[in-house]
Amino acid sequence: MSDALFDRLGGEAAVNAAVDIFYRKVLADDRISRFFDGVDMDKQAAKQKAFLTMAFGGPNNYTGEDMRKGHAHLVERGLNDSHFDAVVENLGATLKELGVADDLIGEVAAIAETTRNDVLGK
Amino acid sequence: MSKVLFEGQEYQCEPDESVLDCLIRQGVSVNYSCKAGVCQSCMMVAVEGEPTPTSQVGIKETLKAQNHFLICSCVPVTDMQVATPDRAGSSFDTTVLSRDKLSADVIQLRLARPENYDYLPGQFLNLTNDTGVTRSYSLASVPELDDFLELHIRHVPDGLVSSWVAEKLQTGDTVTISQAAGQCSYLPGREAQSLLLIGTGTGLAPLVGIVRDALQQRHSGPIHLYHGSSTPEGLYLVAELLAMDEANAVFHYHPCVSQGTPSQGMQPGRAADMALADFAQLSGWRVFLCGREDMVKTVQKKSFLAGASMQDIFADPFVDSAGAGATPPQYQSGF
Repeated sequence: MSDALFDRLGGEAAVNAAVDIFYRKVLADDRISRFFDGVDMDKQAAKQKAFLTMAFGGPNNYTGEDMRKGHAHLVERGLNDSHFDAVVENLGATLKELGVADDLIGEVAAIAETTRNDVLGK
Repeated sequence: MSKVLFEGQEYQCEPDESVLDCLIRQGVSVNYSCKAGVCQSCMMVAVEGEPTPTSQVGIKETLKAQNHFLICSCVPVTDMQVATPDRAGSSFDTTVLSRDKLSADVIQLRLARPENYDYLPGQFLNLTNDTGVTRSYSLASVPELDDFLELHIRHVPDGLVSSWVAEKLQTGDTVTISQAAGQCSYLPGREAQSLLLIGTGTGLAPLVGIVRDALQQRHSGPIHLYHGSSTPEGLYLVAELLAMDEANAVFHYHPCVSQGTPSQGMQPGRAADMALADFAQLSGWRVFLCGREDMVKTVQKKSFLAGASMQDIFADPFVDSAGAGATPPQYQSGF
């Protein structure tokens, strides 16, 4: 288990396999779908891919400041811990569907968790 | 705050202001249309300073390499010197071959295809009228099958370009068009895939081009085309499409009428509703959506939730910039 998480998950191919499944789950989730109303879906899919790459432990340029700026308008519309939990839940379900082992899913969830305070502007 | 140097004059940008808005605000006359990074009619060259990555999305690689960018989508991060691209490289003069009515308000305009004019069926071009106003129209022709360029133009009352086409333009006239642009096209490969095409109004134009292109490239999977209008009279090319349906086993034409009594053979309801009712499971399908922006965006989401991959959904919303401030509608791809 010395390899990087990103490689153990399968690298970019894993991200590509996950992005449609994850985005579809998020859009279909009544708890959070309203935050995606009116967005440009192609741009949003690109953002989802960047997020998954980060959460999978892959290369990324995310900073806490980006996270705050990028979600500030959603926090104004009521984005809170319950919505963040729903996204992490969808992320876990996506990986489960792709047959990823539970301990790896835990590692991904832990990385996603590190963004919580920035995303929610705390 | 950045400064923009254009034709020897310096203009100060406000925070978060695009190069285009900065120039418009200060009374500079520049070419633009959709203000959404789609139509590419505001393309300029950065002589000094770096264009932002967003302002180069969708631009041909060759032009990117030459620092072309879209001034509507560029909030400058440094001072910039900008210039209009060499007109010879981006626009073509051509001749009107014919102008016919396809329905009460849709005009079929055929133009001579200039030498070296490359395009993919489903792309659009910008047509400039006699006073320099530009609108985008999708191509219904196919380069391998047609030696002309075909546009379907809805005559909008008071429309600056469509009224000019309907009332002034004559066969033999010379008109100016841009290079073709846009991502909504049939790409070869995966020829057994099922195709779903949904269009409203003159959204039929790019879809007809895509269908004919897929057929001439010997697509073997089923191709379902749904064309919608509020009334039977609003549909056009019905006889031609029925004939294509007859002649090609893989092609299926579904005319849809959302109000009033549909004629025989037409489905009663909105094209998108009919299509998604007939095909509830779109996993593995390729989907093309052209027409009104609200329809295209809604159906893009529905198609994705029905299982189509984001990579396989090609959407061409006809952007109408009315309401984007005091400027008149600058971009009406046919409606």
